[in-house]
Amino acid sequence: MSTQQATGVQRIADAFAGAHKRAALMPYVMAGFPTLAQSIAIGQACVHAGADLLELGVPYSDPLADGPVIHEAGTRALAAGANVGGVLEVARALSPSIPVVLMCYANIVFAPGATAFVQRLARTGACGLIVPDLPLEEAGEVRKACDDCGIALVPLVAPTTPRDRLDAIGASARGFLYTVSVVGTTGEREAMQDRFAEVVARAKASTEVPVALGFGISTPEQARQAADAGADGVIVGTRLVRAAGESQDPAGAVGALVAELAAGLAATDRRSAS
Amino acid sequence: MSADAIESLVEHHFGEYGGQFVPETLMPALAELELAWTRARADEGFRAQLNGLLRDFGGRPTPLYRAGRLSERLGRPVYLKREDLNHTGSHKLNNALGQVLLAKRMGKRRIIAETGAGQHGVATATVCALLDLECVVYMGVQDTRRQRPNVQRMELLGATVRPVDAGAKTLKEATSAAIRDWVTNVQSTHYVIGSAVGPAPYPSLVRDLQRVIGDEARAQILQAEGRLPARVVACVGGGSNAIGTFTAFLDDEHVELVGVEAGGEGIDTARHGAPLTVGGRAGILHGSRSAVMQDEEGQIVQAHSISAGLDYPGAGPQHAFLRDSGRAHYVAVPDEQALRAFKEVARLEGIIPALETAHALAWVLEQDDGELDLICLSGRGDKDLAEVLGSHTAP
Ligand SMILES: Cc1ncc(COP(=O)(O)O)c(C=O)c1O
Repeated sequence: MSTQQATGVQRIADAFAGAHKRAALMPYVMAGFPTLAQSIAIGQACVHAGADLLELGVPYSDPLADGPVIHEAGTRALAAGANVGGVLEVARALSPSIPVVLMCYANIVFAPGATAFVQRLARTGACGLIVPDLPLEEAGEVRKACDDCGIALVPLVAPTTPRDRLDAIGASARGFLYTVSVVGTTGEREAMQDRFAEVVARAKASTEVPVALGFGISTPEQARQAADAGADGVIVGTRLVRAAGESQDPAGAVGALVAELAAGLAATDRRSAS
Repeated sequence: MSADAIESLVEHHFGEYGGQFVPETLMPALAELELAWTRARADEGFRAQLNGLLRDFGGRPTPLYRAGRLSERLGRPVYLKREDLNHTGSHKLNNALGQVLLAKRMGKRRIIAETGAGQHGVATATVCALLDLECVVYMGVQDTRRQRPNVQRMELLGATVRPVDAGAKTLKEATSAAIRDWVTNVQSTHYVIGSAVGPAPYPSLVRDLQRVIGDEARAQILQAEGRLPARVVACVGGGSNAIGTFTAFLDDEHVELVGVEAGGEGIDTARHGAPLTVGGRAGILHGSRSAVMQDEEGQIVQAHSISAGLDYPGAGPQHAFLRDSGRAHYVAVPDEQALRAFKEVARLEGIIPALETAHALAWVLEQDDGELDLICLSGRGDKDLAEVLGSHTAP
């Protein structure tokens, strides 16, 4: 990216600040699923439907943090020929219209070397990187590479993360703090909203950057509850990936769901946040 | 002797290998496990309980047996460390007993495991029956077919076997499924990993629990022959029986350590399970950095072996370190040669080895040099009869 352009870190901050919703909406799109071209169309549909940031998943052979829906989508994307070059083209195509944060497992990042990978990512115009199997202890090299390129390395915290560890991770966060709402892998779940407030409050106390809640949020109601709980951002993945896999018109189906989620988070919707 | 064996450090890294590449959700559980193990291994009561069970329930110490006809054939003494005589029929019980006892001490009520050959699943199910804990075992669909008797044993022992239908439907996918279960149920559950792989502290923990093999064997060979072996040989899937055997000999610099991986259809094809032998860029699989079969972009590729327990695209991080340092070396034996050794050793010695172990035996059978070989006979082959008798390879 040229030096005139904002760095990825700054674009992410601006996206949270300028969301004009009760929380920024961040859909997850699996690159290459069902095809590379369709995943670009899905991303564009998310933009038009009111997404504020986009999490772009890299298909991986062994996704340990993902439940069956995203695992299966990744397997199908790989079978359909998705590779890192293609995924980065998706990032390049979408980045002018929305801040893109890549979700990529560690072995893919380290395969060409962390620095080479991150530099290549930065050249697409993407803003951030999430590595779900790269805990604080292992993150040093990747964080340095990201800092050097203006890419935000976004760490994850979980409900199991103890207080002092949370503080250390929160201090290391760039862009936002990805706060896992449940103990588990990605997937749709019912009725865990009662824990949102506690999970979000813990995360917010640990960091200066915005807190985005993800894993298991699939409905506009849950998204609104996450915002009510104080989340600065809401990440919705499995529900959208499932729709992309089930529909004849993946972009249309995902766009419609994102529009509902955006409506659920609309600032004008002044339901009392008791 | 095993009481003193449990004295090593909990390493997180072996040179550039090892580490903890897992979702954040698991990090506190790994720390809890490391702390529990550090305390337990220093605790007289725990050690006495473990050693008592290894002896009275497991049948340790296992014999070191001078294989007479093999020795005659090869013109040098060949000794077999008889882990096949362990209760449940393989070395896997050493690890399962230690880890499940530890889990109970940690207050966990639910145990999960992955299994390839089914031996680790059977060992874990056995100890869960003994200690009255819930047990769930993940196993690839391909392996539930080729290791059918072990599925039946696990179910008889009260375990739930969850067939895993993803990918190649073998050990790698079973391990991934077990890790996902652990991510979801980490507060109630201990994951008994079956080999010296996974995020720290597992590679160290499993090695500490398996080193009883080598500690016994070293003392036994000194007693029997008054000298150390020239070569110590073991098969390597994830590498637990091998590291358990090698550890006691690491400081004996003149003892050659040989790990035998699955050559499958040949290491010049893509269909093998020999990441240490083939070499190449290190990668991350199941939480640690080590030798891994992967493509250029870092996707893990499928392994292949006739033996379910060696059909795995990774290997324990300490093995990658020992390889690079030159202290151990790693070779591969193809399917056909392992099958021949399986049959040959049955007739020569009256011992039907596991197909995994047959790889180590096959390598030794092929060497016409050497002075004294010690082989870890990691398990018995009853589980493999259907697979071997059904195969079309000539004897
Ligand atoms: C008898 C036997 N030997 C060896 C192995 C390979 O495992 P490892 O390399 O951890 O010893 C297995 C695994 O199932 C086994 O059952």
